[in-house]
Amino acid sequence: MEVFLQQLINGLTLGSIYGLIAIGYTMVFGIIGMVNFAHGDVFMLSAFIALMLFVVLTQLLGMTSIPLAFVIVLIGAMVLTALWNWAIERVAYRPLRGSFRLAPLISAIGMSIFLSNFVQVVQGPRNKTIPPMFDKVIHLTTGGTYDVTLSLKQILIVLVTAVLLAGFWYLVQKTSLGRAQRACEQDRRMAALLGIDVDRTISLTFVIGAALAAVAGVLYMSYYGVVNFSDGFIPGVKAFTAAVLGGIGSLPGAVLGGLLIGLIEVFWSAYFSSDYKDVAAFSILALTLIFMPSGLLGRPEIEKV
Amino acid sequence: MTAMTQTLAERAVTRKAPLLAIRGVKTYYGKIVALKGVDLDVQEGEIVTLIGANGAGKSTLMMTIFGSPRAREGVISFDGRDITRLPTHEIARLSIAQSPEGRRIFARMTVYENLQMGASINKFAYFDQDLERVFALFPRLKERINQRGGTMSGGEQQMLAIARALMSRPRLLLLDEPSLGLAPLIVKQIFDAVKLLNKSEGLTVFLVEQNAFHALKLADRGYVMVNGVITMSGTGRELLAKPEVRAAYLEGGHH
Ligand SMILES: Nc1ncnc2c1ncn2[C@@H]1O[C@H](COP(=O)(O)OP(=O)(O)O)[C@@H](O)[C@H]1O
Ligand SMILES: [Mg+2]
Repeated sequence: MEVFLQQLINGLTLGSIYGLIAIGYTMVFGIIGMVNFAHGDVFMLSAFIALMLFVVLTQLLGMTSIPLAFVIVLIGAMVLTALWNWAIERVAYRPLRGSFRLAPLISAIGMSIFLSNFVQVVQGPRNKTIPPMFDKVIHLTTGGTYDVTLSLKQILIVLVTAVLLAGFWYLVQKTSLGRAQRACEQDRRMAALLGIDVDRTISLTFVIGAALAAVAGVLYMSYYGVVNFSDGFIPGVKAFTAAVLGGIGSLPGAVLGGLLIGLIEVFWSAYFSSDYKDVAAFSILALTLIFMPSGLLGRPEIEKV
Repeated sequence: MTAMTQTLAERAVTRKAPLLAIRGVKTYYGKIVALKGVDLDVQEGEIVTLIGANGAGKSTLMMTIFGSPRAREGVISFDGRDITRLPTHEIARLSIAQSPEGRRIFARMTVYENLQMGASINKFAYFDQDLERVFALFPRLKERINQRGGTMSGGEQQMLAIARALMSRPRLLLLDEPSLGLAPLIVKQIFDAVKLLNKSEGLTVFLVEQNAFHALKLADRGYVMVNGVITMSGTGRELLAKPEVRAAYLEGGHH
């Protein structure tokens, strides 16, 4: 029972991070039908941006309030990562629009390799660490065989994720930008006939996806306290799996898929073997694609009028 | 209503310059030519109809006006301005609206959201007012306001497509086969609405139809397109009287 509760907490924490990344995959796929292979590396990049901002704030500028530094880092990383992704879309994907279908996909793989190599060159191949923060731990149960704990970090991760997802949901459902975004997803040509600047809307989709990935990056970095140039790949694939499991193109699906992948991963590690936790995620990807290609909340293709 | 008197005054001054002028337009799909040099005018305040058999190139012309696909040769001008090379969304922002072939309703959006999409270009400045206006025209839409576009009947979708186009307060409304697949009663309702918009608001309409009889009766002037070229033009009455038109587009159950 204790193990179960503990893994539930750990799984939801991890799942929040996957969910935030998964939204970027699902939105880009929804609007231009492309699997953005570089998205995991954008996430990794954001963790490095967060790391640098954190070091600058606490060490160079001598800021002592960790919560304040965290908020600034979060906002700064969102903005800077969004700018990066905006530029990536302009340089690597937009010129290929209207080209053959695989072209942007190949370009995205190239961009993924470029980003991880770029970070390796400028930051070095070794792990970068930050001092631990928000380390306070709450003991939920005591005296049993095993104390179930909830760390401040975990509360923070779930809370930040929930707040940002709520804001994001409002943006997509209630604002004209979100409406334009959904319109482009359904019928780009019709959206243009109504005066929607489709290229701009696609740009903004990349910007929003990157901002959410940056939130995940900041949370990831503060959770593990360490980041490496190769950290884009595995979380990227898991978040992609989350998007596929939830139903690619579906925003609630991405969040649900993220939480499920997080839970499956920690329960797999706890009850079977942590050696195979990545294999579990990859197997789910394969199984979903074979048996349930439209995912849990995805819509079957027939609705494409 | 002041807006309307202005337009009438303007019209008197610029009587000869058409609102929409199409000159020598050629459009291709890859290597295949779909429009082989089309000339066509729409004057402000007119209802102009384009009739022609399936595959003649009517929808291609409607979309070429919006630059999607783009004309490879020729010039399209709107209100005296060359729009041939403008991006599609900028053409829309000049107050040209289209209810396209197949209606293209956003299926997963509600009726209300579809109408909001129509009002995007003028930043919702007249949204509530215009909403009442299109609901007066098509009361059915008001009942369906929270329904998803994709779940509505063909006639309701057509009304929504026209209403969505009207939400942008267009100076020129393009309608591509609004009667296709609809019951006669609904067709009448839609044609009556178009007539009313033209008479009471002075809205300029360019209408593509296979339902030639109704379209020519409604229109001030008409054009006939065959295989990507205009073969005849004249007032609606003139075209209706022509034996070639009668033989090709009116006899055999088209009306
Ligand atoms: N997207 C397209 N790609 C290739 N050919 C097309 C496309 N759309 C239309 N055509 C061709 O262009 C010609 C004109 O079609 P269209 O403009 O739809 O005619 P209409 O609206 O008069 O029925 C037809 O021969 C049609 O097959
Ligand atoms: Mg057509």
